[in-house]
Formats: sequence, C-alpha cells, structure tokens
Amino acid sequence: MAGRKALKVYLDLLSQPCRAVLIFLKINKLPHAVEYVALRKGEQRSPEFTKLNPMQKVPVMDDNGFVLTESDAILKYLATTYNVPDHWYPKHPERRARVDEYTAWHHMNTRLHAAKVFIFEVLLPRVTGQPTDAGKVDKALAELEGTLDKLENMFLKRQAFLCGDDISLADLLAICELMQPLGGGRDILKDRPKLLTWKSRVQSALSDSFDDAHSVLYRLRDKAKL
Amino acid sequence: MYLAEKFHSPDHWYPADLQKRALVNEYLSWQHSAIRMHAAKIIWLKLLIPKAMEVEVPKDKMDSAIENLNGTLKQFEEKFLQDRPFIVGDQISLADLVAVVEIIQPLGAGLDVFENRPKLRAWKDRVREAVGSELFDEAHQNILSCQEIVETMDRNKFEAYKPQIVKYFLS
Repeated sequence: MAGRKALKVYLDLLSQPCRAVLIFLKINKLPHAVEYVALRKGEQRSPEFTKLNPMQKVPVMDDNGFVLTESDAILKYLATTYNVPDHWYPKHPERRARVDEYTAWHHMNTRLHAAKVFIFEVLLPRVTGQPTDAGKVDKALAELEGTLDKLENMFLKRQAFLCGDDISLADLLAICELMQPLGGGRDILKDRPKLLTWKSRVQSALSDSFDDAHSVLYRLRDKAKL
Repeated sequence: MYLAEKFHSPDHWYPADLQKRALVNEYLSWQHSAIRMHAAKIIWLKLLIPKAMEVEVPKDKMDSAIENLNGTLKQFEEKFLQDRPFIVGDQISLADLVAVVEIIQPLGAGLDVFENRPKLRAWKDRVREAVGSELFDEAHQNILSCQEIVETMDRNKFEAYKPQIVKYFLS
C-alpha cells in the first residue's frame, strides 16, 4: 500500500451528480479526499482544472492517476473496484442490467427535467440578474410531471426501490436530481405519496450522509424562504 | 452491456479490466446529452420535418443545430479519440459501436460529418472494418438511403405526430 494515495474527487455540492458521488463514498466509508470546485465562481474554468478535465465539469475522480468523469461511470467504477455491498450495483447480470437501464434513461429524463426547473427558477435569474421566466418554469414543471409519472409507473411499480427490493446506484442518482428544485424552495414530490415513500426509504438507507451532502442545497432553500 | 456479460462476448467489447470498463461507461454516459442529442436532431431538422412533414425549419434553428454538432464532434475527437485507434484503446468496444451509429445518422440527411474530419473518418473506417464491412453496411443501409425513402414515403404517416414533433424540435 506504500505510495498509494487516497482517492480524490473534485466536487461542487450544488451539483446533483457530485452529491451522489460524495454520498456513495461516505455511506461506504471509502477513504477519499475532496477538493471543492466552486462553479458559481467559475473555478471549473481555471487552467489547472481544465488540464484535469477539458470538459470543465464536475464531478471528476482521480484514483491514483486514473482520471474519470461522468457520475454514473464513477459510481460504477467505485462499486466494482472497492468492497461495497452488492445491492449498489449487483453482480447478477439481470439485476445489474436493471441498474444500467435506469442510469441510461436517467440522463434525458430525471436529470434533464429536474435540473431545468432549478435552472430556470433559481440559477438563471441569479446569474443574469433578470426576473424568473415563469413560462419556462411552468414548461419545465410540466415535462417533469411526465418523468415523475414514469418513475412511479415504470420503475417503482411493484418494488420498493427503482431497480429492485434494495437501494442501488439508480436511487442515489435519482434522489439527488429530485432534491435540486428544493434549492428554490420547491418540493416537487409533495403531491406524490408513492415517490415520497420511496424518498424516505432512500433517506433512511443513506442516513447522515444524505443530509450532510445536501447541506449547501438546504442553505440555498432557507435563503429562498426569506 | 447485458448482452456482452450474459453471452460472454469477447472481452474487448466491455472489458473486464475495471479501468477500461470505466472508460466505456464514461463515453456511454457522456454521449446522451452530447453526440446523441446533437447528431439525432440533424435528420429531423434537415430532412424529415421540411421534406416528409412539409414544415419549414427556421434558418437559425438549423444553424444552431449544426454549430452544436460541430462542437460535440470536436469534443469527441479531442477527448474520446485523441491519438487512439478506438475510444478505449487498441480494440473496438461498445463505446465505438454506440458512437458510430449516432455519428453516421446525419449522413441520412445529406450532411457529411466526415468531410474535413480525416481523423473521424479514419476511426469510422476502423470501426467498419472491426465490425465487418458487410454487417456494418447492412445495418446502415436504411439510414443512408433516407433521402430516397422520404421521396417515396406516404406523408400521412407523420400527420399524427406532427404537432408533438414540431413542438419538440421547433419551439
């Protein structure tokens, strides 16, 4: 083990996929170092960070020189390289395929639509100084409703978690995206009992690591309430 | 990935080596909101919407779609190809397969993405050879003859979808 450094991750906790990576590292007690990259300050555009990741995005993982981007690839790498419980990314081909199925669908569904609500309601007005475009927020909310319907009717139809009877990477990625609009004081799950029950199961499985990772988002929410 | 595991296909498709596998996963993840998103639009905006649905596509929408495509192809070459023969290394993997079918799609609308992109063209040729030219060409037959297919197709086929498609691509 001599000369082997701890895993390093580059994160901004305002970013949904970053939170998923941090929660995974903490819940599984994987030794790691975090370097925070403040997106709001443009730190992802610094020459050093650009050298590490020319895409100028977070999260980034550096495992002793092996640099990897894309949160679902990072989570799958961590789940298979390190000793974590099987349920996160099952070895069984059919069960693993279910997680892969969700993580593929996730990009253009959960991630796309939940992020848009936050972007139009909180991020853009903050960055541009312009008032919120209510029309765009409403459109994003309508599209999100479609995604929430599918989550309930497809993935959660007859099971406690998105890909089976136990929590997996899918639930972790999904919950972090669905939490994001809370930064603007909006609870998108409040009228969805099935998803709320799923959420509390996920939070229970993630214990302290969940609230710790979301502390930045909670602070943003509290500011929005004022 | 499921097929590769279940049917024990040759290792290079989805390597057992976890770092190589991670690089395949990295590409498969990135491509959703990059190559797939931008390349798939072209055939709609350049061919299907104007020719099959006879709806005019504003020039600025087309220009911005092409600009996005150019940007994403540049990122593909600079990060995912670099000087390697294939995305993950010396051998073809699922990443190359998923990439090539998306990148070829705009050709169906008459947009040659390989023109002035010798590196991309060389990669495509390697993928075609690795897959087997007969199989590769067979798989791409329909998309490459898309323009002719549209000439003779029944326009009514699209009527039911027109409002959704126009809303999705042109709003």
